[in-house]
Amino acid sequence: MQVYDLPDPRGYFGPYGGVFVAETLMQALEELKLAYEHYRFDPEFQAEFTYDLKHYVGRASPVYYAKRWSEQLGGARIYLKREDLNHTGAHKINNTIGQALLAKRMGKKRVIAETGAGQHGVASATVAARMGMECVVYMGSEDVKRQSPNVFRMKMLGATVVPVESGSKTLKDALNEAMRDWVTNVDSTFYIIGTVAGPHPYPMMVRDFQSVIGHEALAQMPALTGRQPDAIIACVGGGSNAMGIFYPYLGLQDVRLIGVEAAGLGLASGKHAAPLNAGTPGVLHGNRTYLMQDENGQIIETHSISAGLDYPGVGPEHAWLKDSGRAEYVAVTDQEALEAFHDLCRFEGIIPALESSHALAHAAKIAPTMHRDQILLVNLSGRGDKDINTVAALSGITL
Amino acid sequence: MSRIATCFAHLKQQNKKALIPFFTAGDPTPSKTVPLMHAMVTAGADIIELGVPFSDPMADGPTIQRSSERALENHVGLKDILGMVQQFRQDNKTTPVVLMGYANPIEAMGYEKFAQQAQAAGVDGVLTVDYPPEECTDFLECLAQHNLDPIFLLAPTTVDARIAAVARAARGFVYYVSLKGVTGSANLDLRAVQTRLSELRRHIQLPIGVGFGIRDGAMAKAMAEFSDAVVIGSRIVQEIENASPETVVARVETLVKSIRTAMDS
Repeated sequence: MQVYDLPDPRGYFGPYGGVFVAETLMQALEELKLAYEHYRFDPEFQAEFTYDLKHYVGRASPVYYAKRWSEQLGGARIYLKREDLNHTGAHKINNTIGQALLAKRMGKKRVIAETGAGQHGVASATVAARMGMECVVYMGSEDVKRQSPNVFRMKMLGATVVPVESGSKTLKDALNEAMRDWVTNVDSTFYIIGTVAGPHPYPMMVRDFQSVIGHEALAQMPALTGRQPDAIIACVGGGSNAMGIFYPYLGLQDVRLIGVEAAGLGLASGKHAAPLNAGTPGVLHGNRTYLMQDENGQIIETHSISAGLDYPGVGPEHAWLKDSGRAEYVAVTDQEALEAFHDLCRFEGIIPALESSHALAHAAKIAPTMHRDQILLVNLSGRGDKDINTVAALSGITL
Repeated sequence: MSRIATCFAHLKQQNKKALIPFFTAGDPTPSKTVPLMHAMVTAGADIIELGVPFSDPMADGPTIQRSSERALENHVGLKDILGMVQQFRQDNKTTPVVLMGYANPIEAMGYEKFAQQAQAAGVDGVLTVDYPPEECTDFLECLAQHNLDPIFLLAPTTVDARIAAVARAARGFVYYVSLKGVTGSANLDLRAVQTRLSELRRHIQLPIGVGFGIRDGAMAKAMAEFSDAVVIGSRIVQEIENASPETVVARVETLVKSIRTAMDS
């Protein structure tokens, strides 16, 4: 089924990926790689992972036909992969369960994580609570402000949330700080990276844990509609929900794969978070990939209405899928995402995450250009309860 | 013989250890960088490690993070820094200069262009924190063609097989990171470093410098007992941060001189 067997043993997807970290972390990454290579195909590990996904997360997540919204738009039928119904409210839990099971087997008692929107932080705090591990979550101080409900959730779950004041005070800086923690506490600590970026083996490992989304869809779509969709649409920040749903479909060449980046105030404004659309390759956070950077190779500040997409890099496998042409990458603005957010609330009674609203917005754009017999599958990666403060503020309402 | 090799050979004859101060180019202002370099040499520095600021310095503690932010606010880029080294070289032909920074500014400039311009400017070595030897084969080739020494880090966590690989790729000297942590940390264990260095000597012929967490003359002296070079960064950057523009050069010179004196005592 797979059209390729990437990454290669050194962690490369074509020219992207690799292990670009300080020497202190090289051995820790080697140990992680060996552990993951061992457990990746270990039946007992896989059985425990599958059991937890079913009984703790509530998988399989359903696929839902957004009939009223589709009819309103006119054109293709839009189906939603309901990752928002997972325990903790987003796809992030799939990966944190997998990594926590690995951490336990590697004898680690302390886990750390970075978070943007707070969904990965909550998912990490959740698995740490369940396994009795200490958990420290790094979060940019800007994000702490705009995602305060998730900060409180993490604290209730027993995690320590450390606001990061350096740089742009967002996701990339949280990642820097988590790396610094890891360098310092490398013997005791497992770093749960939340997306398909970072040094090898993270991009591969996170993709594998998230690919349960696409594997379920592969079976669900024919059962529901008699065939596979014409296109799959997912938002891309680091790109874990997109990789999770794309990966099992890579071999089905008839299925278009469309990643949606955050165009912020518009690609022309420069205030966006769309490295695949408007960036250039470079090295950041342990891997070579497309980045938002200036002519001196400094990472530039990104902008997106959604904290989870507000990141200047992207997973190396997406960089490869873009160059190879297997996936397409587009971008939608804050405004377009917000409109889709409201439309899904009103027409379907579902409050989507602002991140996922980017994927919805692109579906709303192309559905009317398509025939009624055609099918779009949108990965609804998370629910939007965490975003109500942001949306209220934009509507001039104080909660 | 390269400037770095000459420097270590010369020190060995005198039975002295190298003092390698670090600071970030462009901090506190671009115009102070060359005067600071000269002042360090006057105070007894043997090699200058010049930091190339990066927006995301993952291996650095708060002190050097802030210095990078100040330098970037002054819009100092890699090209400007090569200009500063060129200016330094007009008056100093002997003191080796090592650029220390992260991969992306070099990626953005391009390997060949960087290596060619760095050599022309009078740079001697390049330490790129997030280029482990396995990830920079092409870059190493460019450096070799332009007689630039790649300086690599070794860490408390580096296993024997990697030590040998690093030793094969390294030129000039090897930089041993004395602790598990970021620059400027305070958890340095002298005895552990000593034990580790004697292990490293079995694999490494090059001089070995020690850095991270060395904060004063006494610690520098202790480290110099069993290493070939001592790198001091955060403590110097802190001095730069706390000084006024008028006093910064003199204060740094005094600090470096006090460390030199302690090391030689």
